[in-house]
Amino acid sequence: MTTTAKPLGLKKLALGEDRFSYGHRMCAGCGAPIVVKQVLMATDYPIIATNATGCLEVSSCIQQFTAWKIPWMHSAFENSAATASGIEAMYRSLVKQGKLEDRNVKFIAFGGDGGTYDIGFQSLSGAMERGHDMMYICYDNGAYMNTGIQRSSATPFGANTTTCPAGDVIPGKPQQRKDLTRIMAAHGIPYVAQASPSYHTDLMKKVQKAFEIKGPKFMNIIAPCNRGWRSRTNDAITLAKLAVETCYWPLYEIENGVTKVTVKPKEKKPLVDFLKPQGRFKHMFAPENEDMLKQAQEYVDAQWDRLLKESAAGESEKAE
Amino acid sequence: MSKKFWEELPQGSVVLEAGSSAKFKTGGWRSMRPKWIEENCIQCMFCWMYCPDMSVKVKIEKDNKGEDKAVRADFDFDYCKGCGICALECPGKKGKKAIVMEEEGK
Repeated sequence: MTTTAKPLGLKKLALGEDRFSYGHRMCAGCGAPIVVKQVLMATDYPIIATNATGCLEVSSCIQQFTAWKIPWMHSAFENSAATASGIEAMYRSLVKQGKLEDRNVKFIAFGGDGGTYDIGFQSLSGAMERGHDMMYICYDNGAYMNTGIQRSSATPFGANTTTCPAGDVIPGKPQQRKDLTRIMAAHGIPYVAQASPSYHTDLMKKVQKAFEIKGPKFMNIIAPCNRGWRSRTNDAITLAKLAVETCYWPLYEIENGVTKVTVKPKEKKPLVDFLKPQGRFKHMFAPENEDMLKQAQEYVDAQWDRLLKESAAGESEKAE
Repeated sequence: MSKKFWEELPQGSVVLEAGSSAKFKTGGWRSMRPKWIEENCIQCMFCWMYCPDMSVKVKIEKDNKGEDKAVRADFDFDYCKGCGICALECPGKKGKKAIVMEEEGK
């Protein structure tokens, strides 16, 4: 059992072994395996993971071939959190009965944004409410990428997907995305965080912190998808970074109700920097859709201002 | 009569061997090939951290204090899908990239 946190220097981490193996069949340049690799790398605790149906599930575990080097289970689309909470409850019970030695096992439920924001939401909400000692990690690529880019409630405003195609009738998704991180914080759970694989130290620190907290934890991590975002195969990390720098995806944590922005961009870039390299927003740059860009920028600004205010309130609370 | 393939599969869709995906080589997907230029490499390990396919190899050497030290080795072309994230994120040395992408089979 480790009592001190694992050092997160890249040179030190590289001495260890990956717990997510090569040979998985995610697309070239996918963001999700980077997220999984960083999460599993952050700690030496034994981990048991469950997975909602999604890209990560179908391409990391195909009969006979599994990319996971940890116990891993998939049961259905909607119940990743329920499965993890069941395993956690069973483990706790067996330890209590003396049938199993307590090895400080940690439980993670992985899910894509479809399996978290929409289909798996009730089981996630239930598991969090029941207070299981587990962590839920959502890798958010902003649509149902596995089935061919259908809109989800995580799809950003204006994005072109196959079920909200930009054309004569609608200019991409007409609604704003659902802010799930905030919804999870409203459950009153001890730890909620948002992270990005381009800021790997920040991400891994959050994972380490979460594992030391007893109770339900939730992390929302952006995972660029070059197929669905209609971008190049090599820009997953660049886009994940731009998402943070434009404040589209602010990095923050809410610990016991106290909000803290963990990475403040030195200079807040305009949102178009994030939208421009992505083909799914191409139509927004047409002259007649100029208003959409403004609307998207205003939404991001409002969210960021609100977050800064909450963060400042959290800091003053700590100082008192 | 020998058993059919499906009859030998473990019940309940259980995969008993951890990390068995290593038996499935994805290197054939590649159309662009990363080339590592060792003299421009500053050993920052960003490519290793950001590789979605765990295809940047690391060798463990002893430093002068006799402690283990991770050193970047060449790519694992059995699994590299040629996405090019490593080449884009490579800071290089004095503006010269340590990883460049080349067309496969050239």
